[in-house]
Amino acid sequence: MLRMEGISKRFGATRALHNVELSVERGEVLALIGENGAGKSTLMKVLSGAHHPDSGSMTLDGTSFQPAGPHAARTAGVAMIYQELNLATDLSVEDNIMLGLEKSRLGFLKRREQRKLVSQALETLGHSDLKPTTIVGHLSVGEQQLVEITRAIVMDAQVVVFDEPTSSLPKRDVDRLFQVIERLRSDNRAIVYISHYLEEVRRIADRFAVLRDGETAGTGTIADVSDREIISLMVGRSVEDLFPQVPHQPGETILTIENLHGLKKPAGSSIDLRKGEILGISGLVGAGRTELLRCLFGLDKVQSGEIKVSGVSCKPTPRRQIAAGLGLVSEDRKSEGLAQSLSILDNMVLSRLEPYSRGGWINPKKIVASGRDWMKKLEVKAQGPHQPVEALSGGNQQKVAIARILHQGADVLLLDEPTRGIDVGTKSEIYRLIGEAAADGKAVLFVSSYLPELMAMCDRIAVMANGTIRACRNTSDWTEEDIMSQAITN
Amino acid sequence: MPEATSPDSIKPSSFIAKLVSGELGTLLALAAVIIFFAVADPIQNGDRASFVTVRNFRVMMTQTSIVAVAALGMTMIIISGGIDLSAGTALTLSATVLAWFLKNDYPAFAAVAVCLLTGVTCGLINGLLISSLRIVPFIVTLGTMTIFLGIGKLVSNETTIFPSAAQRPDWISNLCSTKPPDMLAGGMPNLPLAVWITLLLAIATTVLLKYSVFGRYIYALGSNESTARLCGLNIPLVKTAVYAVAGLFVGVAGMYQFGLLKMGNPVEGIGLELKIIAAVVIGGGSLNGGRGSILGTLAGAAIMTVIASGCDLLEVRNPYQNIIVGVIIVAAVLLDQVRERRLAA
Repeated sequence: MLRMEGISKRFGATRALHNVELSVERGEVLALIGENGAGKSTLMKVLSGAHHPDSGSMTLDGTSFQPAGPHAARTAGVAMIYQELNLATDLSVEDNIMLGLEKSRLGFLKRREQRKLVSQALETLGHSDLKPTTIVGHLSVGEQQLVEITRAIVMDAQVVVFDEPTSSLPKRDVDRLFQVIERLRSDNRAIVYISHYLEEVRRIADRFAVLRDGETAGTGTIADVSDREIISLMVGRSVEDLFPQVPHQPGETILTIENLHGLKKPAGSSIDLRKGEILGISGLVGAGRTELLRCLFGLDKVQSGEIKVSGVSCKPTPRRQIAAGLGLVSEDRKSEGLAQSLSILDNMVLSRLEPYSRGGWINPKKIVASGRDWMKKLEVKAQGPHQPVEALSGGNQQKVAIARILHQGADVLLLDEPTRGIDVGTKSEIYRLIGEAAADGKAVLFVSSYLPELMAMCDRIAVMANGTIRACRNTSDWTEEDIMSQAITN
Repeated sequence: MPEATSPDSIKPSSFIAKLVSGELGTLLALAAVIIFFAVADPIQNGDRASFVTVRNFRVMMTQTSIVAVAALGMTMIIISGGIDLSAGTALTLSATVLAWFLKNDYPAFAAVAVCLLTGVTCGLINGLLISSLRIVPFIVTLGTMTIFLGIGKLVSNETTIFPSAAQRPDWISNLCSTKPPDMLAGGMPNLPLAVWITLLLAIATTVLLKYSVFGRYIYALGSNESTARLCGLNIPLVKTAVYAVAGLFVGVAGMYQFGLLKMGNPVEGIGLELKIIAAVVIGGGSLNGGRGSILGTLAGAAIMTVIASGCDLLEVRNPYQNIIVGVIIVAAVLLDQVRERRLAA
């Protein structure tokens, strides 16, 4: 049905895609797997006409397919369902589905004809229960997604691409989505399903294609490969190389949280963390993991509950927590983690200027000297210490953010998705840094949505759902399936 | 493209891009307008040309002082991500208070102290409102702008306060005076006190921004308030301090204004805040915060004076002067954005 051959695409000096092959047949679900930055989104942007490939060809049903833009691709029968939904929330289901495709005469809508198209499409998906007159803003995220899929059907899309569609869905909606995808498959359409949840991929897909560093790393039938094999394809090295192990020994308890309540989340979380321990926190997006860290650090308001650092109870504010030995790496480097327009140096030392100042005056030379040391220690690649962080790659930016809390001398590291949007090589370096910190007697709270890294790095893993910690066990007592089922049960 | 695969190093920006960006760009623009008028003035006026004279430069520097000294504080505010629309009316409120105290025969040092204190208080009020109510600075200072105007009218009883010549100490009267016309006084360039104070304060502010913890915090706050919070900064304190220090500069500017006009009239400052902000913006300050320079601001303030003075000599009518300054403001911001995009690309 769809064939992409020898697709290459460059952005300036960056090779985004190189000679990528991809094909999907009618009545088939192809899982497109790869790490962040592997080129999945770029490839899909080429398919949807948002980017033009530098070389390579695409065919749709045997005829050449060269979309001039997203609209041309849609008309030719390729529909994208993105993670972030593109809906006008104040309009009705029907108006959203027909937006830009309105049936009209002399500028007046032909409501009856539209209604028929919409209900037919909803029926195809097995969801006649969705009323066309409902305002989209009143629907759940899952139902809104359904509206987007219905739109694809009304446009008679033959190839439907799902880009990480379950990342913000509760379990019930995930099941419903999978039923809808089944319907599309039996309706003889071709489906591309992008995800990095291997469990999901196994459930829904027939074949897989793995992208790594902009190249096709492997394709095959999903039933024929193990999870380990897929991960190795994704990261391009054996799992052992990706997760360097630094021996460390958990000691006494340094942080205790008892029945912590935030404004909405966390809703009654208790946990304790020991020196020299890496404690992972898993869960779905929206489970309250980020909020837990933010409450701990005093960035979000604590409603009730107790936080003790080294046995001393505290009312957190960022200033106090820094003084108490906590450090937080934000999940959002761009808008919170780093001051993008400031230099590497300024970002590194901002939370602890004391060593360089006397009576409120700073000695810049001392900062440069110490900053260079830290850059060397963490192998930050940059033109120099004065370069603004916005010019650095994601991986190097993250190293600066981690350097800050190490420089600050934090004993408890709160890491929120520290490897998100980072290339594999840097990820591995960050794992090593985390291991070394633990070996150094620091306590690490490691929030991540990427299960393999938690499984490989953590001493214990806690699973959060709906603002509470569902279970906390030694890593050896967990399986990925156990964790997922704890994360998605209500 | 996902950031993960972007190269670690950026291309060194071209020489020209460096020239047009930041404070160097503003200084070059200042040089360009000066050269333009230096050439155009003799062509138009022949022997009567007076643009390039010691006297004219001294007058221009003096005229720049009022806007420039207030713009020093505004630069700090804008770097910290804020804005102060009340600077103009706070400035004349300070001048009016000074006039009132002199008129009522208080000692000059007390009158000046109260004048400066008025400026600081205005800034303090802005800072406290912004950090405690968590309302954006634009709205808070839009409100205080009118409040300060009202207070000024109360102080002056809705008229103009004229202290007599005897009530005015000489040094205040001569603050912005360009007489006597000697080029040198005691081996130093003969500039009025206001210019010297402004230069001194400019150096002090530069040092403060560059070499103090407070200065780092100002840049951090403007660059990303969330990061500043994450790093444990006392944000309400830093914000309040920035507005209070800027208020001090507004008070100094108020003193200059009184020295120049010899009277206190609270409506005199309406619209002045826009000139002050324009100086910062022409000087490379970004209203998004995090960027701005004292040298640039001084050059920005000077550019506006030079254009006004040059246009007067060339007998360009006032409306055209307004249009030219407007074009320069927009061009300055445009250059700034070009630079930003270069960095982002």
